[in-house]
Amino acid sequence: MPYGPHTTDDRALMLAALGIDSVAVLFEDIPASVRANGLDLPPPEPELLLSHRLERLAARNQVGLAGFLGAGVYRHFIPAAVDQVVSRGEFYTAYTPYQPEVSQGTLQTIFEYQSLLAELTGLPVVSASHYDGAAATAEAALMTIRATGRDRVLVSRAVHRHYVDTTRTYLSGGRHRLEELPTNPDGTTDLGALERALSEGEPVAGVMLGQPNAFGVLEEMAEAARLTHGAGARFVAIVEPVSLAVLATPGEYGADIAAGEGQPLGISPQYGGPYLGVLATTQELIRQIPGRLVGRTLDLEGRRAYVMTLRAREQDIRRDKAASNICTNQALCALAATTYLAVIGPHGLRDVAAGGAAAARRLEKALAAAGAPRLHSAPYLNEFCVRVPDARRVHGELLDRGVLAGLALARWYPDDPELSDALLVCATEVTTHEEIERFATALGEVLA
Amino acid sequence: MTVEVPEELRYTKDHEWLRREGDEGVIGITAYAADELGDIVFVELPGVGKRLEKSASFGVIESVKTASDLYAPVAGEVVAVNDALTGSPELVNSDPYRDGWMLRVRMDDPAATEALLDADAYRAQIAGG
Amino acid sequence: MTETLERPAAAQAAEAEAADIVARALAHLPDRVTPEGTLGPRRAVGAMLQYTLAELSRAGRGGDKIPHPPKDALDGIPMSQRRAEPPALPELNEPEVIRHFVNLSHLNYSVDGGFYPLGSCTMKYNPKINEWAARLPGFAALHPLAPDAASQGTLELLFELQEMLAEISGMDAVTLQPAAGAHGELTGILLIRAYHLSRGDTERQEVIVPDSSHGTNPATASMAGFRTVTVPSAPDGGVDLDALRAALGPKTAAVMLTNPSTLGLFERRIHELLDAVHDAGALAYMDGANMNAVLGKFRPGSAGFDVMHFNLHKTFSTPHGGGGPGAGPVAVRKHLAPFLPSPMIVRDDDGSYRLEREAERPASIGRVRAYQGSAGVLVRAYTYIRAHGGSGLVEVSEDAVLAANYLRKRVGEAYELPYDGPCKHEFVATARPLRDATGIRTLDVAKRLIDYGYHPPTIYFPLIVDECLLIEPTETESLETLDAFADALLAIADEARHSPELIHAAPVTAPVRRLDEATAARKPELHWRPMTGAETPCPS
Repeated sequence: MPYGPHTTDDRALMLAALGIDSVAVLFEDIPASVRANGLDLPPPEPELLLSHRLERLAARNQVGLAGFLGAGVYRHFIPAAVDQVVSRGEFYTAYTPYQPEVSQGTLQTIFEYQSLLAELTGLPVVSASHYDGAAATAEAALMTIRATGRDRVLVSRAVHRHYVDTTRTYLSGGRHRLEELPTNPDGTTDLGALERALSEGEPVAGVMLGQPNAFGVLEEMAEAARLTHGAGARFVAIVEPVSLAVLATPGEYGADIAAGEGQPLGISPQYGGPYLGVLATTQELIRQIPGRLVGRTLDLEGRRAYVMTLRAREQDIRRDKAASNICTNQALCALAATTYLAVIGPHGLRDVAAGGAAAARRLEKALAAAGAPRLHSAPYLNEFCVRVPDARRVHGELLDRGVLAGLALARWYPDDPELSDALLVCATEVTTHEEIERFATALGEVLA
Repeated sequence: MTVEVPEELRYTKDHEWLRREGDEGVIGITAYAADELGDIVFVELPGVGKRLEKSASFGVIESVKTASDLYAPVAGEVVAVNDALTGSPELVNSDPYRDGWMLRVRMDDPAATEALLDADAYRAQIAGG
Repeated sequence: MTETLERPAAAQAAEAEAADIVARALAHLPDRVTPEGTLGPRRAVGAMLQYTLAELSRAGRGGDKIPHPPKDALDGIPMSQRRAEPPALPELNEPEVIRHFVNLSHLNYSVDGGFYPLGSCTMKYNPKINEWAARLPGFAALHPLAPDAASQGTLELLFELQEMLAEISGMDAVTLQPAAGAHGELTGILLIRAYHLSRGDTERQEVIVPDSSHGTNPATASMAGFRTVTVPSAPDGGVDLDALRAALGPKTAAVMLTNPSTLGLFERRIHELLDAVHDAGALAYMDGANMNAVLGKFRPGSAGFDVMHFNLHKTFSTPHGGGGPGAGPVAVRKHLAPFLPSPMIVRDDDGSYRLEREAERPASIGRVRAYQGSAGVLVRAYTYIRAHGGSGLVEVSEDAVLAANYLRKRVGEAYELPYDGPCKHEFVATARPLRDATGIRTLDVAKRLIDYGYHPPTIYFPLIVDECLLIEPTETESLETLDAFADALLAIADEARHSPELIHAAPVTAPVRRLDEATAARKPELHWRPMTGAETPCPS
């Protein structure tokens, strides 16, 4: 066993202390009929050979493509300092800070994360406990249900499909309903349809829109929030944190809850995770937000210190009456985000957002010239849809030419003929002129 | 340990007390319960006008380490709520029978209070653990 | 300044006495508290341990990590869509940031720094090759929506991991999607719900849990729309079979059992329990939090459980990360496989790997998250399983159980052991007799352990044992460490009898003393602005 410290003598000494001659005795409480006899798995592998195996597997992934794929996960520059900080064993080999006296590092980090995300979202209460953007969105839907005592949640069809699907799964246990709102031809959510849905049928608990939405366009969030509140429902903004360096904040447009994916803040794509669910809310809903919260306090000698607080809402105390079963705090991912924001700074974060916007505009021009014009007309930040005939086939042929041409939206909206000809593409501050040129050239060839 | 159990109040086995004032009753939790819970940090109470059903949960009390449901000693309608507990939940620890009161209720059947525990019976209960 | 430095004599005397107790509590500690040398974080000096990022910020510092975009980059964004003020993020240069986090890290106790016997959490060593592997650019930079053809390396690894976890669990199929143990529980309970509904069995609205269960079990049941029914434990620590039989019925959807239990005991009546569950038409869920005790010794699927989750951050050494991220794959037997969250990872006849398409699993409960799993965590668990192989995993459990039983025997010299042995990978002890004799409670013992250089065990859980300590040594702690920890617990029991004031004062060597948790909860201050107010440096 590669990491075990026990010598033959150590084991013999422990067995002797227990008055037994074999470790098998300690497993005799497992009834013989269910006792297993080992595992049919490959043999142990020394670290040298294992490292070669892992390098071979990693090399089979193609990560050097010209990448224009976003759809909720974004390629950003990650300053080297981030990995240095999260690689410290004092952080990554600690656990939930149940003993605050010896966990002030983790606790202050989470407190700083809460503070930074409060600045970004404009909402004062932030929880670092959520797995990813989808799970945070589902928890936000449940918060609106608890806060209003109502069962009906409305979500724009231009919210990330996985977030909608996940929310539907989370809501399937209760008597809750999730209904989708249609979109306008310009790519925004149909607020007329929202107004009708709010005034007809069962009272609505919550309304959820993305900003930017799943087509990359900017929604009229303030108006959507106003309509929602007029019906006594809660408004949830599904946000991308880098965009909050420049876009109006959920706090400004009156959202009750902000949810989203924290991956763009210094976390690698990693084929799906681990990520960081962003969840923030107002003071009023503080007892509805699930997950760990860290508060500032004093020790008995009057020193400033931090501690997990409002613990009585949580599963280990409230059991079946807890707000959620969440037990995680996504501390290491929150540490990455905190370090990223500290290193990149306010001007740097604005540059990241604006750099993506600038690259996206270059991309839009280049693709239009190559025969793929933009599909929608509403403003966008750094992600948008283009119209390409038979988009799935084109996407495949571009891959053969070394270009990852975003997402063929037919994957997400198989029943929508309008979107069968759509590619969702994005650019960020790392997108180069050469990559854009490669994409446009290859597209021209494929469409020719 | 001796804890205060005022003679003039009525009690439930779940450690709520009730002071009858005509057709109305004032409700709180006992000093014993407050001590057991430890430092109380939050009390969630129903609004004025809400109905209470006897023995049903009407709210939640949280301390640093635990949370408990609050159970109605009688049925009735809430006519007043101790708003001071919102900002100062510690009143339940420091003065459970006076400043730490929770609800004032118009009772459906004031005579039903007779069925609640008296001070001796409640003392016997907490002595028995 | 008219404040006087004179204070009442009584207050001065009390302070002097407190200082004297701290001095004696320090003096009473052995010189060399552990085999590894003095452990634990540095102590505080002054009014705080560490400034916040906001307090360190100075306008004009830092920046220049990326090129500046053209001035007109945001011209396409209407002013009505822009934020009114830039976010008040701190402005710092890189050396300050690094020093800030390095200093914060010194305030943490960690497995890399010392013994962390937190029961139910399996705080074993986190191998460094795991970290290296997860950071290989081929794994780290792969986009979750990348086409299958571009993702063959990760897909192959994940497919193999599915197969390996199926073998370990004795189950037929595994989903790697759930992001944590509690997330796995939710997935598993939704699978059970879908199974009953698919059979037209619509009246099953209850989930039964033992009173020793993790809080996540009842919380999960509620989240999935079920009512929780709690059954008591028998005097031997196992589930009370008669109470379980009485609770089971046509309304029971599932029984959630942790095996070995949270008391560190194997359910000896497992046959009878599972038969009773299945006879009632319910399904058996196994909380796999304690798999570290029984790898290759007990395969839940083969024994009759229908579904279970793993905690990869416990059994398979992925780091706990200060509370997360974890991963909670779910394994099921055949009858639940149609309902698994889509997509699964499949191997085609030509040997290539791909994500399943939605139409291939029409009865799926749907997604439980975005994308297909926390691959960064899964790479680490795969690496761990490969490093050990089947034989190594069996040794892991044997050594974990041997260490726990040895430590149990040593701790039993001064603390009561409420259940008969042998235990599995962890055990409960109680400080109840100590409390009755000296007034010293489990919380005090835990805080004093910090002074002796150890992270305390899990305390006050499971709820059914008064003044409970739940101790889990894991297989990666040496005999010397186990003995030193036991000696510390014994020394504390001795202090409790002779100088309890030293224990009440603990911890005295940690960065901070005990905290005012009541004020933190009554008036929550959850971010730095209200604290520093106007002097918070805001970037222009």
